[in-house]
This record gives sequence, C-alpha cells and structure tokens, in this order.
Amino acid sequence: MRYSALQILKQGLTGNKGWKPVWREPEPKPAYDIIIIGGGGHGLATAYYLAREFGMTNIAVLEKGWIGSGNVGRNTTIIRSNYMLPGNQPFYEQSLKLWEGLEQDFNYNAMISQRSILNLFHSDPQRDAFVRRANAMILSGADAELATADDLRRELPFLDFDNARFPIKGGLFQRRGGTVRHDAVAWGFARGADMRGVDIIQNCEVTGFEINNGVCSGVKTTRGPIRASKIAVCVAGSSGRVMAQAGMRLPIETHVLQAFVTEGLKPVLPGVITFGAGHFYVSQSDKGGLVFGGDIDGYNSYAQRGNLPVVEDVAEGGMAIMPMIGRARLLRSWGGVMDMSMDGSPFIDKTDIDGLYFNGGWCYGGFKATPASGFCYAHLLAHDRPHPNATEFRLDRFKRGHIIDEKGVGAQPNLH
Amino acid sequence: MTQSNRIKGGLIDRSQQLGFTFNGKPMQGHPGDTLASALLANGQRLVGRSFKYHRPRGIFTAGSEEPNALVQLRTGAHQEPNTRATTSELFDGLTAISQNHRGPLEFDLMAVTGLLSPFLSAGFYYKTFMWPKAFWEKIYEPVIRMSAGLGSLSKLDDPDIYDKGFLHCDILIIGAGPTGLEAALTAGRSGARVIIADEDFVIGGRLNAETCEIADGPGADWARHATTELASMDNVRVMPRTTVYGAYDHGVYGALERCTDHLGDSSGKPRQVLWRIYAKRSILCAGATERPIAFGNNDRPGVMLAGAVRTYVNRFGVAPGRTVAIFTNNDDGWRTASDLAAKGVDISAIIDSRNQDAPTQIADARVVMGGRVVDTSGRKGLTSVTLANGEKVTADCLAVSGGWSPNVHLTCHQRGRPIWRDDIAAFVPGADLPDGMIVAGAANGTLTLAAGLADGRDKATELVKGLGFTASKTPAIVAQDEPADLSAFWHVAASRKPAWLDLQNDVTVKDIKQAHAEGFRSVEHLKRYTTLGMATDQGKTANIPALAIMADISGKTIPETGTTIFRPPYTPVPIGALAGRARGSGFRPVRHTPSHKWAEANGATFVETGNWLRAQWYARDGEKGWRDSVDREVTMTRASVGICDVTTLGKIDIQGRDAAEFLNHIYTNAFLKLPVGKVRYGLMLREDGVAYDDGTTARLGENHFVMTTTTANAVLVFRRMEFARQCLWPGLDVHMISVTDGWAQFAVAGPNARKLIQKVVDCDVSNDAFPFMACAQTTAFNTTPARLFRISFSGELAYEIAVPARYGNAMMGALMQAGKEFDAVPYGTEALGVMRIEKGHAAGNELNGQTTATNLGLGGFVSAKKDCIGKVLSQRPEMMRDDAIRLVGFKPVDHSKQLIAGAHFITRGDAANMANDQGWMSSVTYSPTLGHSIGLGFIKRGHERMGEVVTATSPARGGDVQVEITSPHFYDPEGGRQRG
Amino acid sequence: MIINHPLLGPRDASEFVYLGDASLINRPDPDAQNAAELFHTYSYERANPAGEHRELWYHEQGDRSWLVVTRNTLTHAITEVEMARDVALKQGRDR
Repeated sequence: MRYSALQILKQGLTGNKGWKPVWREPEPKPAYDIIIIGGGGHGLATAYYLAREFGMTNIAVLEKGWIGSGNVGRNTTIIRSNYMLPGNQPFYEQSLKLWEGLEQDFNYNAMISQRSILNLFHSDPQRDAFVRRANAMILSGADAELATADDLRRELPFLDFDNARFPIKGGLFQRRGGTVRHDAVAWGFARGADMRGVDIIQNCEVTGFEINNGVCSGVKTTRGPIRASKIAVCVAGSSGRVMAQAGMRLPIETHVLQAFVTEGLKPVLPGVITFGAGHFYVSQSDKGGLVFGGDIDGYNSYAQRGNLPVVEDVAEGGMAIMPMIGRARLLRSWGGVMDMSMDGSPFIDKTDIDGLYFNGGWCYGGFKATPASGFCYAHLLAHDRPHPNATEFRLDRFKRGHIIDEKGVGAQPNLH
Repeated sequence: MTQSNRIKGGLIDRSQQLGFTFNGKPMQGHPGDTLASALLANGQRLVGRSFKYHRPRGIFTAGSEEPNALVQLRTGAHQEPNTRATTSELFDGLTAISQNHRGPLEFDLMAVTGLLSPFLSAGFYYKTFMWPKAFWEKIYEPVIRMSAGLGSLSKLDDPDIYDKGFLHCDILIIGAGPTGLEAALTAGRSGARVIIADEDFVIGGRLNAETCEIADGPGADWARHATTELASMDNVRVMPRTTVYGAYDHGVYGALERCTDHLGDSSGKPRQVLWRIYAKRSILCAGATERPIAFGNNDRPGVMLAGAVRTYVNRFGVAPGRTVAIFTNNDDGWRTASDLAAKGVDISAIIDSRNQDAPTQIADARVVMGGRVVDTSGRKGLTSVTLANGEKVTADCLAVSGGWSPNVHLTCHQRGRPIWRDDIAAFVPGADLPDGMIVAGAANGTLTLAAGLADGRDKATELVKGLGFTASKTPAIVAQDEPADLSAFWHVAASRKPAWLDLQNDVTVKDIKQAHAEGFRSVEHLKRYTTLGMATDQGKTANIPALAIMADISGKTIPETGTTIFRPPYTPVPIGALAGRARGSGFRPVRHTPSHKWAEANGATFVETGNWLRAQWYARDGEKGWRDSVDREVTMTRASVGICDVTTLGKIDIQGRDAAEFLNHIYTNAFLKLPVGKVRYGLMLREDGVAYDDGTTARLGENHFVMTTTTANAVLVFRRMEFARQCLWPGLDVHMISVTDGWAQFAVAGPNARKLIQKVVDCDVSNDAFPFMACAQTTAFNTTPARLFRISFSGELAYEIAVPARYGNAMMGALMQAGKEFDAVPYGTEALGVMRIEKGHAAGNELNGQTTATNLGLGGFVSAKKDCIGKVLSQRPEMMRDDAIRLVGFKPVDHSKQLIAGAHFITRGDAANMANDQGWMSSVTYSPTLGHSIGLGFIKRGHERMGEVVTATSPARGGDVQVEITSPHFYDPEGGRQRG
Repeated sequence: MIINHPLLGPRDASEFVYLGDASLINRPDPDAQNAAELFHTYSYERANPAGEHRELWYHEQGDRSWLVVTRNTLTHAITEVEMARDVALKQGRDR
C-alpha cells in the first residue's frame, strides 16, 4: 500500500479499517541467500538496500525481540556528518545525503528535520580544533559554518553568555544536521524491505552458528536452524555476546548510555546544541519534548539502565549552557547498550570465518550512520568488497596500526 | 466567584481564605486545598485542552497520575509549564493559566482538529507530508511544531536555587499511606534508622481520602497520630512533599523534596532538594492507582475516577458535581456512592458492569447492574450519560472505577518485570526486585486496609530482624477490610463514539485497533506508534486498560501481551533540581593559582584552563588590545626578564629505591642514569603507541624525583602511573604523591633571569655551578624552602623556582620586586604560548592524542635499548609509514598574512579537497620577535620538504595563505640562549 | 553503585574512575617473539562478557588504590572487591 495524503483521506472516510500491516509476519524458511542478524536500524537498512540497490531479496532479518527495540528506538535522534578524519568523513556525509532523500525513497515520513547542529566551543585550543574540523568537512564536500560568540548571541539569546563558568567563544554549525523520528526509521526500512520480499522475523533469537572448517553456513535460532551462504551480524550492543558464539573476541566493550526527555513544551530550541565544556547535547522533538543526553555511564554493562551520577552530570551540563531549562521537567530516562570500539570508529567487514560478516562498534553514534551503514554493508555482502566510503572500517586496523580516533583518547572505550 | 461546590468536612483550614486566579479569574480557596480542589470548589470544571485534538478536559484524578489538569503556574521567570493542578498546593496569590489552546480556553480555535480526527488517526504523520520534499521543513513541520507541546518555558534563566543532599538509613519507606505508616512505626520503634517519604503534603495517603476507621477512630486521625509519634523518634525522618523518583543500583534512591513550591515566594530558600538516599533496605508502600473504563466520550470535564471523587469529597470538602453518576466494575464504586450520600450529594445512578446483585443499598439512587455507559453529553462539561439502552441519565459528574493497579514502577527500575494477578486484574511486583527492596500493601496487590496494615507491620518486622534489631511488641491495630470484589471490565464495546484511553495524548480504542491492524502488536510498538503512555503522566491511568484491549484484539492474555518498561523518574523532575548548584559560574569548581591575588591586583585578564584560572596577559595603561600586552610581554621577556606562574603544570613527587627504574617504564627515554641534581625532558606514550604527555623530571636525590606533566594531563598521568605502579610493576619499591597544589612554581625567563634569580635564592646559580638542566633544593630569602630548576620553555635563559604554595602569592611579589631593576614583566599564558611556538615546542594542540613520537619529530626520544609503555605498539606498520605527517614550522610567504590554526595543507597545484589533504596547521601566533605570523603544523613527510611552499587552505575561516615549510624552531634553533 | 573498598568500606562509585577489564594487569612480555601480536590482543581485544566481569576501578577521590571489582554486567551486582596490587602480585607480576 502506497502512503499518501489521498490514502489517508480514503481510509479516514472508511473508518480507518483498510490499513494493512506495515510488514508481514512470515514463518522462517529453511534457507536464504543472506541472513541478517539484528532487526535494528542498521540491520533493516542493510536488508532494504540489498533489495533496492543490489537486487537481492531472498533475505531474512532475524530479530530476537521486536524490530527497532534496540538503539534505533532509544537514542537522541541526531543526524550530522561533522567528522574530521578521512576514514570517517565521506562515510558520514554519504549517510547524511541518504537521509536527505530517504523519505521519498522508502515512502515513509521519518520526519527528517535538518534544523542544524551546533557544537559550542569555549577555549582557543577548542576553536582551533573546530576550525580544523570545519575545514575537513568543507573540503570533503559537506557543509560547515563557524560562528562567533556574537553571532550566537543573536541567534540563540537564551544561552548563558554572561555568567558561564566556561564562556561560550563560538560554535561550529552544520546546518544540514538535525534530527529524525527514530522509530520511524526502523519502520520505514522494515516496510521498504518487506515490500521487496525480505522476510522480517521477530521473536527469533540466534543461539549459535553452524561453522565447519572455517565456513559459516547457517544459524541456530529459537525458531529452528536456518541456512544461508552469508550471515551478516548487525547487533550493536550485543556484538560481544553474538560473536562469542562464533568463538570471536572483538575490539569492543559494551557500555550503557542514558538518554533523557522532558515533558512536552512549546517550541523553544531551534536545532541541536552541544556543550563543549561538559557532556550535554539537546534538541526538541516535533512533539515538544527536549531530548537530551551526555556521556556514557563509563562501566561495562548490558543492563540497559544507568545510574544517578550521570543523570546529574548531564543536567548540570544543560543548566550550564541554557539556564532557562531549569523548570522543564525530566519525564523519562532510559539506558541503551552501546558497542564501544577501541578507537570510537565502527567496523563493516568480513570476518576470518568464511560467510560470516560483521557490522558493529558504532559506539553511541550509530543512529546517524544508519542509512550509510546499511548501504555499505549491503555493498560488502553483495560484492564481497568494501564500499569505497567504508574501506577503513576493517577489523584488522588495530593490528596494522591504522587507528581512526576522532577524540584522540586511545584504546579505552569508555572515553570515546 | 464563591466556592459554590464547597461542602462540609475535609482537611482544610476554613478559617483562612486564599486568593488565586485561573486564567485571570479571581477565585478563593483554603489552606489544605490543591489547585484542583480549589478549582472544583469554585465550579471550574473545564481546565485544559488535550494535546492532539484540543478536546475540552477537566480534572480526572486527585494525584500525580493526572493526565488532564495541567496548568502553567506562576509568571515571568518563575513560569512553570505542565504543572499538575492535582498536586499543586494552593497558596495565596497563586496564578495559573490553562494550556494548549489558541484563543480562550472555552473557545479554542484549534479544536477544529477534532473534526479532522478521522484523518489524524494513529501514525497518520508517517504516511504523508512527504510531497513536495521541500515542504516538510518549510510548511508541514513548522505547523506540526506549533501545535506540539503543552506549556511554555519562559525562556528566562530559572531564578530559583536547588540544593542536593545525601541521606543514609537502614530502611527507606516509600509512601506514607496506612501500610507505610505502620511499617515505619514498626521499624522506628525497633530503633532502626528509618526514612519515610511521601509525595503528598499531608501524610496518610488514602486514609485522608477515605472514611475508613482505624482503632475505632477516623483513619486520617490515626495517620496524624502516627506521624506525630514518628516525628518524635530521633531515628526516624518523616519527609512529606518528597517523591522517591528512582531506584538505582545497590540501594541508592533518588528523591525530590519540594521545599517552597507551596509558598508564594521562596524567600531565597532552595525551591527543591534533590536527595540521594542510601538505604540498606527499602519497603515500597506506594499504593495503587485507579484506572478508568473506556466508553464513548469518556473524556468530558466531569468524568472523574471514583477514588478521586471520594478524595475531593472527604479530604477537601468539595463536591465535584451536584448530581453524580457512578460507573464501576467493582465494590469501590459503591463506596463512592455511600460517601457521597453521607455528604448529601445527589446520586443519579449507579451503573455496575457486573451481572450480580447490588452489594449495598443507596437511597434514591438508580441502580443498573450489568449496565454500560455508552456515551456522554455536554460539550464543555458533562450533562448526562447514556446507557446501553439509549436512556440518558442526568449527571454533571461521572465517577468511574475500573479497579486499581498497584504502583509497581520502582520495582521495575532495574528491569524487573511485574506479574499478572487475575483475582485483582492487575500487575503486581515480580520476584526480581531492586537490591534490598520489598513491597507491601496496595503496591503489592494487598488492596484492603486491614491487610495492608498487617502487611506493612509484618514486612517491617522481618526487615528489622534481618538487620539485627529487635522488633517491638506493640499489639496489632484494629481495622476492617473493605469489600473489594471486582470483575475485570475494560471497555464498552457497544460504544460507537470515540472511547479515550490516553487522555493527554488523545489515544482512543480505535487507535489501538488500527495499530494492531498495521502490525504494531508488541506493546512497545503500540506505545511508539500511537504515543500511548508517552505523555507527562506516562500512562499511569491509561496503560493497563489499553494493554487489556490490545490483548483482547490479538486474542492473547494480558500477561502474554506484557507491559512496557517502567523507567525513572516516577514523576517528572525539574532539570534545575537535577543540576543543583552546578550552574552558571558554579558549574565547576575554580582553581586559583597561588599568585592569583597578585595577578588580580596587577591587571591580569584570566583564562579558563581546565578548572584553573590563569593569568592570560597583564594589560598596561595605553594598550589598545590584548595583542599589545602580549607582544610587550614577549619582547620584554626576550629582552630582559619575565615571570610566569606555572603552578598548574602537574607535579608528581616520586620516591623509592626503584623510582628510576619505574620512570624508565613510564618514559620513552632513559632515566636510570640521570644524575642527582639534573633534570631531563621526558616523553610518554599511551600503550597504543600514541604520544601522550611530556614534561621534565628532576632527580633531587638518589631515590627522589619530581616530575612535571602538562596542565591538561596532570590528573590522568598520575592515574596511569598509579596503575603502572600497582598493577604492572607491583614489585618495584616506589611511591608517589601529587604535589601540584603543594608547590607554587614560577618561570623566570630572559637574559637577566640569572641576575634576578641570584637575588632570590641562596645557592650559586652561575652557569658553571648551575648549568642548563640543573636542579637543586635550596631556600629563597634565607628561609623559604625552594626548589630550583634550570629549564626553559621560552627558549631563553630560564629557571623555574618552586616554593610551598602558601608562599606563592608573596613569592610572585618578591620576584617582581627583585626584578624591578631589570624591568621584569609578569607574563601570562598568551605570551607563554607565543614563545613556545617561536621555540617550536609541542603543546596540547600537537599532543592531541592522535600523533606519534615520529609525527612530533620526537622519535629520537624513544629509546631502542629498553621497553616502555607504548613502545611495542608504536612500531605497527601503519604508524611507521614513510609518508607519515611530521611536525614542522610554517611561515607565510607574504609576511603580512595571518595564519589560521586549523587550516589544511594542499600541495600547490592540487585541488583543495580531502583526497589531497597533506596535514593541518595546529598552532599559530603572531611572533613579535620575527614580526610576522608563524605556525606549527603537521604535514606529510614535512621534515623532507623544508623550503617548499604549500597552500594553507581554510575555507571555514580566513581563506587561503601560501606558506613555506620551515623548521619548527623559529627562535634560537641552536639553543644558545637557554644554555648561556 | 556502591563499591565495598577492602580498606575503606562501602564507597559511592562516583568516587572511582573506571578503566576496564582486569586483564589489563597482564601486560605481555615486550621481549617475546610475538610481542606485537600479544600487545595487540592485550590492548584491543576484550571478552566483554554479559555476566561476571573482573574490572579495574581507581579510587581517585579517595586513597588512590586500584581495585579489581567482580561485577555482573547484567545486574550490576558486585560479588568481590580486591586490591589490584594484591591481584597483580598473586598473578606473578613483579618488577
């Protein structure tokens, strides 16, 4: 069923009784060409692009719970491509470009809203680093704009310019950055993949791999064994657990990141704003809630919940830059598990086991990467060679000494 | 307006009148009222508009679960959006306005959206607004955003103060209803340290809202006596107006105490206190929340939960209506009827969904057993209800009871899952409770009074025994269990009008059906697709009925359908309270250098360096801007002598027989053979081979070293060294302590530095006696212990002198005094930075965590003869590439051009894009010594490209400059000055 | 979270700084034939278990002890806290 204003009119006049399921609920077949493990944003996007771009449709997406139940349904919904390092920038710019045409492409309104993202800076060295970043972005074909404190005072008068512990010296805007209705991304990709014949199988947990002589030929699941010549793992925070079933250790730790939303408020924030002297980023959703977050809790965890020190630290960051939000109330907080890699950058690669592919290590920045991650992973699965924009996201890069460390903190995941 | 609906009784103080306004209309109430009870007393039924369809809405509950009666409280910077009228204590002068309408509340222009509701069903926005593409951000989204949200922030800084506190106890009791109070009495009498917290401003919970009796007296009286007894115990802390909002790991609870929200003016006192409570055990006695039944037009002002009707009648002395009808599936509805009858309020009908005999007789009330309400009438307030047979019954208030749901929220904050109990048709806490928590009373599904009291007493007894206290032997109190028969009934299927579930977000039974049809069948999908339970009340009244309906549609049981996850906070918490005093200039502590006062008195401008405030430059009269000051400081230092407070550098005192060996592990270069009385530059790597930090280490004695680190890494380096000491080489005899704050340290630099320093210290500082890289422990001015180092960051003849921090401010003055004859200048961080760039030293912009020793041109410092942290991995192939970037100097071909830090280098003739990126400019400055702009930066194979001209391109700021690659050592490259 | 420090008793976790897997104590022999391989595994690869995890915490706002905490990453329950130096010595680390 194609979605349109006309369709809504037609259904509305007939009691909204004609709507069809957005995706089917098929029984798993005994075998597929490709099995994608993980029905999150990246997994569903991979299936979608495999079907749409590479003409492969004999595909199953296996999800242990309900689709979109991981980080794609629990994040602060920010999209941006303000990356600096050559291994990252083209990939995230590709992602932003895919976002820009996505809704028409998959006929689903994910409310992609390019309301801009602003990174504040508070010192001269920080400014220098942002100039370097802005230049790298522009030289890669992305947009970037440096603003002075005076520019910001005009545009965002509610920021704390006069009483701040760390004065705002300026900021880096990426005007094409913004936010997306996160759940709708999962649903839109699912719908697009399903329409092209991909089987999306919920409540189907992978419990093991069929590996013989270094070749992976299928998976064991709670709904029985399923065979495939290519198995594509794409499970974010569960990467360690799933790959352990294939006997692999990864350069990844699983950490908890909390995110927060306030009660609904009339529009007050124009775009995404991030604090440069503490951990805080915020935007306002189309429903009116301030959606915000900060640093990860900092310890390994699969518990999907965090603790108070970080809650308070994040609120402090918010009050430090915009004391007008003091009377906005935190409505809900949640914790997601993040596949924190050793340099803060992801992996999209084949493993040493034939037929087994891995996509992960997105840290807490995976949401913005969803379309490009799906596209590049689909490319790898279809052609068995990396997409040009993802050539550096290799599992062996640490062995080679090719580190993609935007933050420059080294092999300590909780600092990325 | 008079208080037309005020009736007798209640826990309000009628001797005092409180004036307030609602939408500008003056009204009256009494102490003890909430805003909601006062509004009802004044006959104000319409209080707000719903989120999506702008439906007229009234007060629905009497507690924090309220979905409808949200107001904007107070004005100006104190304006507080989305405030529940049902929990706001009335105070004199309160002002409230209703939310989410355009035009007056009574004639909301946006109510037109209600007419379009067939086209605005669940998730409609995902299916349209996509064409033409550009319209989304220009037209559709702005319109959607305008209608988003309920209340408004003032956009002004929050003027209130918020505090934080920490409390410890043996037992935390959450909720002070009958169960909680009895538990607290039991635990308190045993001597255990008890905290009992309740969100209400009157302790007692439902006892204040019901007519039940305890110990042959009114329950509310018992609650008052219990509170008095608890307050008299030293080991018990009673905390009204305090919501325990979250259960965190290991018995840590978050609680918010509202200190001045009930006052017209906080008078400078903290508005709220955010408590972190550390409890060995806790008893959750949070009670239960009544839930509605879904039927046509069940959202009109006047439709109210039956328990809330009793609360208004019994506790507040307010009749929510003149003629009340009751729709119930359980005995509670009948209690409402008898309480109303006792107060003389007319009851037009009791409609009970159960097919059984009426449990009691209520005089004059029409009773319909097995009855259904299918519709209601009254545009801005209920006028009548329609029964299944089409008959209309007059009512301006309909009390609805669908049974009670235990408040299990906190039991689920650590991912515990509740379990379903068919007998009460409700979820109760599961087995997987947070650490140390047990649940008692209604929160545990024990919904009747006597049983709840006994549960509280028994659970508390069990806990105190477990903690080693002796439970007191006070006899059990006398109370009766009220009838509590219930037959699950969620939804009047015969209703043809929209039946509302989530009143705030306007989710109807139809939306649930549509979500199911579209495949959104998991409860989480249902919630996300329809927005059910996502409003400010988080679906406290709506979720369970919606779940039951979803289960019904999908042919599953309710437990099979499951619940969404309860997450903190239990009720919303202001961001201001979570931040406390850490805002504005108090966001983080300020560290002052020892000479801060001197600097303040001498015209310093300060700059934030981490938490430090450092003198950035010292302006003099007649200087037009910072450049004038900095240029002068550099010029005069290089010409004569300058003084700079460098205390902020990390200082680590290292002692022990194996201290030198330990340093050999830490630094890339060798330290074993460093002679006593000498200083050596040292470079550290991370274990992954990337350059980490640098500094100097002085050997003060055979087994005694003092290390300096960069300011930024002082804490981190110390942490890593402790790791190395305790975990990697635990057998070494070495001990360390950070002495960053213990010693004030000053750089004295310039050709006259020796003359100056000789006037200060009591040792020979001639070049022979005290050559470059010498160090000594000595005294200053004959008395003050001092450490002297001959090291130079500026490239000049220079010393660093350290004295105990308490002498720092005086020392700065004394050094300046001693330097007077040489025209000594104090210099700040800017001049320091200029001189280090002129000298070609790497600093934070170069040691950015991404560069290797080779990149920095410091490869020679990595000893081939020994291991050190990071050495093995620094030799990985891609870190040793021939075309790796190297730190070099840059100067503009046209000396009048200014360089830009952050510019990227492009080989001349190549297109400016990242594919052709050669590196970047890391630090730039105007060099007053050379008279033009200079820079340090990284460029591929830089050391082999001396003299080459490349383009430094900075499209984001400043444009292109042609630059020549030079040595990074712009000033005195041979180092003669610092050795002289 | 609360960490029961072997010397100081129960302390709020916010007094501590986290490093990661306690295997970071086992720094390989830099002179081994396959030192590059060993250091790669040591620095980058993690068991990352969902369950019991031995991990390093540093009491920065306290006595500066490094601790080995055994904590369940699914429940956050802490079952053992040891002085990291004792652990290191027990594992044969010396100079």
